Amino acid sequence: MKRAFAFLVALGGGLGAACSTAYAQSLRITPEVAVEGRVFFDEPQFGDQFDDFQGGLVLGGDLRWTSKDRNMRILFEPYVRLDAKDDERTYADVREASLSRRFGDWDVLVGVSQVFWGVAESRNVVDIINQFDTIEDFDQGEKLGQPMARVSRRTDIGTFEVYYLPFFREQIFPGDNGRLRFDPPVDADAAAFERGGEEWAGDFAIRYSNVFGGFDVGLHAFHGTSRTPFLAPSDDFQTLEPFYQELTQGGVDIQYTNGPWLLKVEAVGVSVGGDTFFSGVGGFEYTFFDIGGRGVDVGVIGEYLYDERDVALAPINVFENDAFAGARITFNDTQDTEILAGAIVDTDTGGVIGSVEFQRRLGATMLVEVEGRYFEASGDPFVDPFADDSHMTFRLTRYF
Amino acid sequence: MTTPLKTLLAASALAMLASAAAHAQTAADLASDDPKVRGYAIAERADKTDAGFGASSVSLTMTLSDPRGRETIRELQIDTLEKQGEGNGDWSMTRFFSPPDVEGTALLSQARILESDNQWLYLPALRRVKRISSSNKSGPFVGSEFAFEDLTSNELGKYEYIYLGTEVLDQDGAETSDGDPDNDIVVDKLQCNPLYERSGYTKLYCYFDVETFQARRLEFFDRGGNLLKTLDLLDYRQYPDGYYRSHRQVMQNHLTGKSTVLTFGDFDFDVELNRRDFEPSALDRL
Repeated sequence: MKRAFAFLVALGGGLGAACSTAYAQSLRITPEVAVEGRVFFDEPQFGDQFDDFQGGLVLGGDLRWTSKDRNMRILFEPYVRLDAKDDERTYADVREASLSRRFGDWDVLVGVSQVFWGVAESRNVVDIINQFDTIEDFDQGEKLGQPMARVSRRTDIGTFEVYYLPFFREQIFPGDNGRLRFDPPVDADAAAFERGGEEWAGDFAIRYSNVFGGFDVGLHAFHGTSRTPFLAPSDDFQTLEPFYQELTQGGVDIQYTNGPWLLKVEAVGVSVGGDTFFSGVGGFEYTFFDIGGRGVDVGVIGEYLYDERDVALAPINVFENDAFAGARITFNDTQDTEILAGAIVDTDTGGVIGSVEFQRRLGATMLVEVEGRYFEASGDPFVDPFADDSHMTFRLTRYF
Repeated sequence: MTTPLKTLLAASALAMLASAAAHAQTAADLASDDPKVRGYAIAERADKTDAGFGASSVSLTMTLSDPRGRETIRELQIDTLEKQGEGNGDWSMTRFFSPPDVEGTALLSQARILESDNQWLYLPALRRVKRISSSNKSGPFVGSEFAFEDLTSNELGKYEYIYLGTEVLDQDGAETSDGDPDNDIVVDKLQCNPLYERSGYTKLYCYFDVETFQARRLEFFDRGGNLLKTLDLLDYRQYPDGYYRSHRQVMQNHLTGKSTVLTFGDFDFDVELNRRDFEPSALDRL
């Protein structure tokens, strides 16, 4: 591992030096290393969990090759996390390993890739293609690479995309001694599938997107395996066992942009486990630009999340009737300093998940990130296990 | 076959007549006693030297400096598509290559004349295409001394022009057509008043070279009417099809002492780009 990484760094450095004068070149390699510390404020809730400090080392980077006529592109993005405490959190993933080729208005992509659908800031109910990397961060900000074949066609009436996803990525859960785990812990090895073929059952999706004046509109349909498992207690009640159900959904995402206002709505109708329900998120983002002529932008975000499901029937879902309020401060300085803060409040139980993120570049090749997460328990079965897991994360990334 | 050909010939004859009339009109306007008519004619003449370029691509380095000598360097590539039809301005795709933590970030801007521009941002870590507000005019572009409006509001129709006089511009580092740097440049000086909303400027002074018709210097006045920034456009080179491009642009902020220098590589006018390359769905195909 170490040797492979040293090689990657050397390769990247060598190529970087060779090509640094001409950045119109088609090959770019940027390895990165991050050291990380997670500090938990409270004693763990469950006896076998580690105490207060979780060290981590992340090795990653990306390679991008583009043909001279720009019609062919290769992306490769490996990711390795080494965790000092939780063995389940030591893992490797291929975030991206894709080849895409353009034929006029047609685009074809094959390989492992990531796709983002949606317009909201707190949660994207339409964003179904990739499994979330929930062990990296529970806030659905990171994704596991998804094997796929995608064909898209751009036309005068919008962009049409067809996806085939041959292999399903299961969620990764913290180990017995890990923080931010459920009670009892999830035994990922016991995962079961509703569909024959299990993780090879294959998923399909189609999407249409277009811009109509101030409106950005997306429509989609998906049939396959639910990304979020139902967690059922094992026979001896010592573990939870993930059960991945068959799922069909259709949805829409719309953003209306007018002056400093962004108005957003996402909605899906979902059929899963014999149940059909509606889930949605809607809200606004308003930005005060260049405050006091000092170049600082402050964006204010308000969103409401709704999920029709009965909590007892639902898989992991903390968003049944919740309000989100947040703010984004962009300093627009040479070091690209940014602060993002937000909280989701369950309007039924009063439970709170709060979050603050700060990032700033140091010099030309280092990035400092500080993240704080706060949990206020509420009797919600999906928040209560995290009640004593409020924490701060410090991360220093060096790019090569 | 004959009918379309005839139509084409008739159309081109008409176009030639119209263009001849326009030239006569422009010539009259350029000598007009009305400073607004004359100012507009000078700005229009500059704008026309760019007509028909189609599309271009250029790599550039943006160097941000503060008075204490600290520097930040950003590498970018800008693709530009010439205005498509009524009401539209030029469309551009700006991609960032460094610093490494913002590598892959891209900004798509569809400039429009009277309505607000359309802008989308691509956030590579999330693979997210996000439509953003284009109300941000006066704010700094990626920490530089260029405001968003300095980069996105270069359309003829976005200003009112007033001719102030013809003078000699003493510009350090500028080279003149005869190659003698000691020869100062003769320029038409215009006052350019922003017509779009939320501008951070009360006015600009714009200096157009009387020989090449290109803008040589812009002076920006803040809301209090004070000189805030000066942009010098240097190292103009003429490309085979006749288009001029400045290859070194220096923006000096007089209030803070900070400066931003853009150093351009060669412009590629042969690059194959069309409307599809300037749609939001193109952002995650870059």
